[in-house]
Amino acid sequence: MNDLVAVLISKYNYWVYIILMMIGFYAIITKKNLVKKIIGMNIVQTAIILFYISIGAKKGATLPIISHGHDAVGHAVHASDYINPLPHVLMLTAIVVAVATLGVALALAIKIYRQYNTLEEDEIHTRIREQ
Amino acid sequence: MIQQLPAIIVVFPLVMSFFVVVTGLWSKRICFPLVVTAISVCVLSAGIILSSVINQGPIHYWLGGWQPPWGIEYFVDHLNAFMLVAVSLLSLLVAVHSKRSVEQELPEKRSQFWSLFLLLITGLLGITITGDMFNLFVLLEVASLSGYALIAMGQKKAVFASFRYLVMGTIGASWYLLGVGYLYIITGSLNIANLSELLPHMYQSKTVLVGFAFILVGIGIKMALFPLHAWLPDAYTYAPSAVSTTVAPLMTKVMAYVLIRVIFSVFKPYFSIEEIPATTILAWMAAVAIVVGSIYAIAQTNLKKMLSYSVVAQIGYIALGIGLANRFGLTGAVLHIFNEIITKGCVFAVAGAVVYKKSACNTRELENLYRKMPFTMLAFTVGAFSMIGIPPTLGFFSKLYLILGSIDAKQWVFVGILLFSSILNGVYFFRIIQIASFETPMPDYSRGTPYEKVPMDEAPLSMIIPMQIMAAGILIAGIFSADIVSTVIQYVIPEGF
Repeated sequence: MNDLVAVLISKYNYWVYIILMMIGFYAIITKKNLVKKIIGMNIVQTAIILFYISIGAKKGATLPIISHGHDAVGHAVHASDYINPLPHVLMLTAIVVAVATLGVALALAIKIYRQYNTLEEDEIHTRIREQ
Repeated sequence: MIQQLPAIIVVFPLVMSFFVVVTGLWSKRICFPLVVTAISVCVLSAGIILSSVINQGPIHYWLGGWQPPWGIEYFVDHLNAFMLVAVSLLSLLVAVHSKRSVEQELPEKRSQFWSLFLLLITGLLGITITGDMFNLFVLLEVASLSGYALIAMGQKKAVFASFRYLVMGTIGASWYLLGVGYLYIITGSLNIANLSELLPHMYQSKTVLVGFAFILVGIGIKMALFPLHAWLPDAYTYAPSAVSTTVAPLMTKVMAYVLIRVIFSVFKPYFSIEEIPATTILAWMAAVAIVVGSIYAIAQTNLKKMLSYSVVAQIGYIALGIGLANRFGLTGAVLHIFNEIITKGCVFAVAGAVVYKKSACNTRELENLYRKMPFTMLAFTVGAFSMIGIPPTLGFFSKLYLILGSIDAKQWVFVGILLFSSILNGVYFFRIIQIASFETPMPDYSRGTPYEKVPMDEAPLSMIIPMQIMAAGILIAGIFSADIVSTVIQYVIPEGF
């Protein structure tokens, strides 16, 4: 039991991302409302963004800015003193992608609403069958 | 200038797509020439890149001069260069073909359409040329997002189909990104060449396994491999015909290329053959995809929907070739990607021409089509023969390599499935040919003129010429398929096969 707790606590960032992603998938799969599906989709993307950000972080490390600048010749730079900035930079791009996806999805939802006068998936299916 | 071509081939259409929107505000007529110019530049640079790769070997291009493990590298080898030529050439033909049908179906949204079209081509070319896992994700989303928007421009049902595609596609891309994240955790690198050097020491690690699984399933969704194909048929059927002619041949096939890259370049081939049985699972899923896709295709009465299910089946062929993981199988897979790009382009272009003339392409609209639109149907016949695999079309040779690969792997079930599926393909394509060629009502021989006069009602020249070029391409590429294999594809096969 203690081992399990230790595993849960020592890698809690991964558990958080897994739980978030599952919440997102739950919304996508079970919710009938398209906007709720879009929210679920966005939660999945956010979970992955958090996953990336957490892998760049280190305990007791600081921002990757070398304070002594160009006279750093004599100083050794220890990588363990600094967090890894690359995953964070990647996630800037991924956030832009997520926002663009959200925008397209909401635009489609508006178009669907104008066409069928509803956002409930089962009602849309019956309307499609009626046509 | 020549050294900068790998960047130009992506940047030029990207910049032009913004120009097209802006000039579209001023004059809608100028959009189309701009698009053709942009894609022509891509075709030209792709041709130069291919010839330089064949003569001088692979090209490494460092964006901004940053060295590979840190900067983004564009890496072009024989497979890339070949795909670049195929993708850009087909998009040029489709662009010319689509001009009239866009004017008819989307008269108000022409400039937006052409801008998104160029963005889609940018994304596809970028996916093909990049040597960086994360850059691939970004360009994948560029292509996908413009694809969703383009599909949603179609008929009434298109919007909901596009929405379903968007949700599925986003999950696929997210999983790909997650898998790349796992590989990044364990190697600290995103460069494909660098990853393939670093990963072999870590093949036992669970992290690599999970990352590989996520990437594989993510790509599987995007390329519509059988159990993950649910989004495809509706989206491709209800999209505007110009869009389905572009997306159906290119999108899933470019993802199949990514699958080849991941299995044979990022990971060493023995990882997915021996360490975990990924290729075996892939081959069996593909075998099911071939049969199920073909059976669904037989059940359809709408030409475009039938062709969409045929895409699912043909993706099965490519995945089967990858899953066989031997010399003949992989040769067949790459040749079949090329065959699918050109043949699906051809038959979807025919469907587009029929929709342009008859405003639908159900069985009823196809009656007597050989006499109404003889040139269009000539192209369709060649395309259908290639889909079925009748020599000397390219489809025959790619299937031949796949069957040889199955025999080589001693997988007799796959040989049976490949031969059986040719019969199934024959059933649904010959049914269309039969409906389109025979008289309805049946000729009445008691009269002096047993055949009713059917006036010729051919599609415009701007549609016929691209279709004829594609049809000719199928035949010429089939006849010279041995040369394609010896100059390009044999370098794609990894060592030890």
